[in-house]
Amino acid sequence: MLTISLILLPIIAGILTLTTKGENAKKIATIFAFAEMILGVYIYSSFVPNATTQFAASYDWIHSAGIKFSVGIDGISLILVCLTTLMIPFIILSTFNNNYKNAPTFYALILFMQAALIGVFTARDIFLFYFFFEVALIPVYFIAAIWGGENRIKVTFKFFVYTIFGSLFMLLALVYLYIQTPGIAHKADFESIYAVAKSLDLTQQSYIFGAFFIAFAIKMPLFPFHTWQPDTYVEAPTAGTMLLSGIMLKMGTYGLIRFILPITPLAVDKYGMVAIILSVIGIVYGSIIAIQQKDMKRLIAYSSFAHVGLMSAGIFSGNIDGIQGALIQMLAHGINVVGLFFIVEIIQQRTNSRELARLGGITQTTPNLTVYFVILMLGSVALPLTNGFVGEFLLLKGVYEYNVWVGAVAGLTIILGAVYMLRMVQKSMFGITSKITEGFADLTFSEKAVLFPLSFLVIWLGIAPNMFLKLTEPAVSQLLSIIK
Amino acid sequence: MSLITLIPLLPLLGFLINGIGFRHVPKSLAGIISSGVALASFACVLSLFFGFDGKPQVVSVFDWITVGKLNISMSFLIDQLSLLMLLIITGVGSLIHIYSIGYMSHDEGFGKFFAFLNLFLFFMLLLVMGSNYVVMFIGWEGVGLCSYLLIGFWNKNNNYGNAARKAFIMNRIGDLGFLLGIFMIINHFGSVEYASIQESVVDGGYLSGDKTLFYITLLLFVGAMGKSAQIPLYTWLPDAMAGPTPVSALIHAATMVTAGIYMIIRSNFMYSLAPETLEIVAWVGLATAFFAASIGLFQNDIKKVLAYSTVSQLGYMFMGLGVMAYSSSFFHVMTHAFFKALLFLGAGSVIHAMSDEQDIRKMGGLRKVLPVTFVTFLIATIAISGIPPFSGFFSKDEILAHVYEHNKLMWAFALLGSIMTSFYMFRLLFLTFFGEFRGTAEQKHHLHESPITMTAPLMILAVLSAIGGFFNLPHIFGGHSGLAEFMAPLFAHSKVEHAAVDESLEITLMVVSVIAALISAIVAYVIYVSKKAVPSADSEVSGIQKLIYNKYYVDEIYDSVFVKPITALSNFFYSVFEFLVIDLIVEGIGKLVKSLSAEARLLQNGTTGFYLFAMVLSIAAIIIFSLKSFILG
Amino acid sequence: MQVPDIIRQIPLNYYIWFSTALFCIGIIGVLTRRNAIIIFMSVELMLNSVNLLLAAFSSYKSDPSGQIFVFFIMAVAAAEVAVGLAIIVMIYRNIQTIDVGLLNKLKW
Repeated sequence: MLTISLILLPIIAGILTLTTKGENAKKIATIFAFAEMILGVYIYSSFVPNATTQFAASYDWIHSAGIKFSVGIDGISLILVCLTTLMIPFIILSTFNNNYKNAPTFYALILFMQAALIGVFTARDIFLFYFFFEVALIPVYFIAAIWGGENRIKVTFKFFVYTIFGSLFMLLALVYLYIQTPGIAHKADFESIYAVAKSLDLTQQSYIFGAFFIAFAIKMPLFPFHTWQPDTYVEAPTAGTMLLSGIMLKMGTYGLIRFILPITPLAVDKYGMVAIILSVIGIVYGSIIAIQQKDMKRLIAYSSFAHVGLMSAGIFSGNIDGIQGALIQMLAHGINVVGLFFIVEIIQQRTNSRELARLGGITQTTPNLTVYFVILMLGSVALPLTNGFVGEFLLLKGVYEYNVWVGAVAGLTIILGAVYMLRMVQKSMFGITSKITEGFADLTFSEKAVLFPLSFLVIWLGIAPNMFLKLTEPAVSQLLSIIK
Repeated sequence: MSLITLIPLLPLLGFLINGIGFRHVPKSLAGIISSGVALASFACVLSLFFGFDGKPQVVSVFDWITVGKLNISMSFLIDQLSLLMLLIITGVGSLIHIYSIGYMSHDEGFGKFFAFLNLFLFFMLLLVMGSNYVVMFIGWEGVGLCSYLLIGFWNKNNNYGNAARKAFIMNRIGDLGFLLGIFMIINHFGSVEYASIQESVVDGGYLSGDKTLFYITLLLFVGAMGKSAQIPLYTWLPDAMAGPTPVSALIHAATMVTAGIYMIIRSNFMYSLAPETLEIVAWVGLATAFFAASIGLFQNDIKKVLAYSTVSQLGYMFMGLGVMAYSSSFFHVMTHAFFKALLFLGAGSVIHAMSDEQDIRKMGGLRKVLPVTFVTFLIATIAISGIPPFSGFFSKDEILAHVYEHNKLMWAFALLGSIMTSFYMFRLLFLTFFGEFRGTAEQKHHLHESPITMTAPLMILAVLSAIGGFFNLPHIFGGHSGLAEFMAPLFAHSKVEHAAVDESLEITLMVVSVIAALISAIVAYVIYVSKKAVPSADSEVSGIQKLIYNKYYVDEIYDSVFVKPITALSNFFYSVFEFLVIDLIVEGIGKLVKSLSAEARLLQNGTTGFYLFAMVLSIAAIIIFSLKSFILG
Repeated sequence: MQVPDIIRQIPLNYYIWFSTALFCIGIIGVLTRRNAIIIFMSVELMLNSVNLLLAAFSSYKSDPSGQIFVFFIMAVAAAEVAVGLAIIVMIYRNIQTIDVGLLNKLKW
């Protein structure tokens, strides 16, 4: 029941928001987002650390086809539910200084997006999963296409078509699995699908693997399916970018863990190396491109692309370190990237520019911002005692165990990450003030209300990662026992 | 809460107070708070040290990362090595904190500076107190961060910022090696705790020259190369002099840069079984010692000379490690912490007096105006040059004696390096404190001895530099090698050949090196005091001197071998590969569909006759297709 | 049910050939003429050729459902003719011609 209310609450809130006008929309959206966060925290605190699916609820949906509206939370879902419920309030708060046209629609879309995302992460039925997976695309498409930058139409169109294109492959794989289930009506719940998967031979698994891989690789995105990403991140309004990078790309990594690993273990065994190599190419390639970026948003977009590569490599390495690392890194990356994009937004609002060459010296007027920026940056470059370190340490260890050399190449991320991140901080924050940063105003309350909790989380998760690792471990071990 | 956890927590507390209260904590209080926590930490360490019963003690604070069978706990180890390091860090650290109160008094970032210093202490203490490699790694990266923050402390200057970035990134290169080493350790030993690894190594029957241990030790050494500025990762340290001088003294001379030596001593049970790595360590150390000393000969920036001297001295320490003279190396770490911190602080005092002038060509004759600084600087110079009975003599000669035992050629080069050391140090001393004042009138007017908060640490360090050698007085001088004896339990499992160096040989070696050092000091005196030579201006140097003055153009080489190609690659990837290859394919598929549809839509030409014709044709085709067996028989 | 002899006097082949010829005439008419009404008539011709065939087969097979089907087709065709002719009339009123060659606005 709790899970259902997690999905329903944002929908109700969204509808309520639609009925309001102007300023009220913000407030209602914020209140409900925080209510949702409290719900999320409650679920976190009452979650029992074992491998079962908790808070489960199941209703007949399309009875004759064996399709159920079935949701529930296990350790893997939990971490993403926490991410979603934690981040959405901050994403909404981060827009407090903007005055969007049609604000009620804007906030309603964010809330609908939240419902869909929670749906994706809690669905226990493949049909429902696919449903939410696609539904999640719609609000963010409109957010980007209506409130985006100049080039938004072309870019969002590309994004939309590209991801839909990938999803169709997934649909194909899901339908194939579905018709393999016994009975005339078939079954669509995860357990039946996992059971069916055991009987598949290598050829079948390879096709399914390929189909899933394309879908999730586009979503995350992995090299070389990433070209929609930087443009979309740059063109979308910052709240949209946060949704996309902070939460939505985790749908891809979640899919890898939820579907590819348990359903096609033989294929992972055979083709995992290819996937890992693509991921690692992505890490190095994305990082190297990020080094020379002039636009802050684009720089973070490429850095996010590089980080996702590491997560995917860790997942495909198929050991407990890699997967646990990926889970904790999903949370960490969400926090960091939302924070970093918000800082870019703050800078852009005050200076009308995101270009590093024109910025500089912001710390001379606003040291507070620099402090937050540096903390988030440290999380992103994986300094120990920040959230990024735990994830990267485990991920790299996982990849290292899979293959020493690939692990070493993936490790370049800690060097290259430092190169581009420090460059960005220095060019924007340090040095003498430029013309446009001279009158940089101090942070407002709502800005601090976002940056402070995020920075706190960066450090807190770095010190106490076991808070989450302990909860996810049983589910991950069970997953691994399916594979072995 | 035990005393042990209090040691790192106190500086952290200081950091939090000064950091969160930045611009709110009054200036007078900020310095006192942060020096106070450092001193309190020092007091804790002292009480631990005097209560130490020789048994290592592990305190587990909490489980940090637990995944599968691996549990990384945040736990501290107190044994001989960490106690000694703690003494140096908190002791010298406290002095430098106090010194900074005077040195930074005019700086607007006063509170920030002390916050960073405290944060540095915290991480440095974690580094040496951690009971496993991952906690060491926390400290390892953390001190790198503080080094970054403090080098770029004056953040208005972009060059300083670049130097800070360079330091962080070069350290990160080493860190990657360290990290891979940790992974390898976990893979082979299933744990990261020193104690359990040592147990596995000792019980595992590893033979000397074991491949696994070779790779592990080599990877760890890569980490050490980055942190302790060894060839090829040394170029960040001279640039790091952009930071305030107390930072150079604390981080880039006394403590952080010796982390690499600490790490190798900590892992001695593995290194001793990896003679190939040790050989590499020794030669890298020698090369660094020699190379950096030669660069030091012609530098004109007071801090740059000291920086190259630090690199060079670190090289000596690694050389000592390479010949398994662990306690001698550590002895040198200790004495070096005293005299090098003193030299930097003295240099800071000079710079402070000279209104931020660092070029020794513009100094001269300062001994009359800065008497305390002069005397203490002199003591440190004698100590570093290896002239008895000051501390540097004992520690360096111990290393040299062990090196002689190991390889005579190596010893010859090391001796040459120490001759150069003596020369450039005395050159620095003479140019700064002797002769006539060469600066501007305004600077001359401004000259003054530093306040007591600055001179008091100088005097304490001067005493330590003078007598530091007696902590480990060798047998031939009637001592009993106290330090080595204290540290002996650390090396119980590493089968260190405590080669009893022949006493007469030892004395000969000492005499040779002392005479050599004295001669080069005299040469320096003749050139720079008697002949009053002053190094020529930058544009006038030529030939090999120019090559050395420009640091063998190593920075330029790195720039064109690594930085520029990566930049070019980045531009290539972004503007060519990304758009002309990958995106072209993606967009190409879209364009293909579009152009197909552009062609196909022309079929829809609106002429009813054509549609009918197409219809009939299609019907005919279908009929033929379905009846093909009938028609074709 | 037996097929009456009177019907059997004409072999089934004749019906097939006849309706094929009728159908081809219809096709040729549709393809060659440009007048909408004549095209319409040709279409009717094709339709009726099929009807004929259906009726013939139905008789020879003694299965009345074919003939029932023919009735339906005729009824639908009548309705279709009514609508079709109405469209043609409307076209004529609008552009004063019923030449299908000129009706090519509905393209691309």
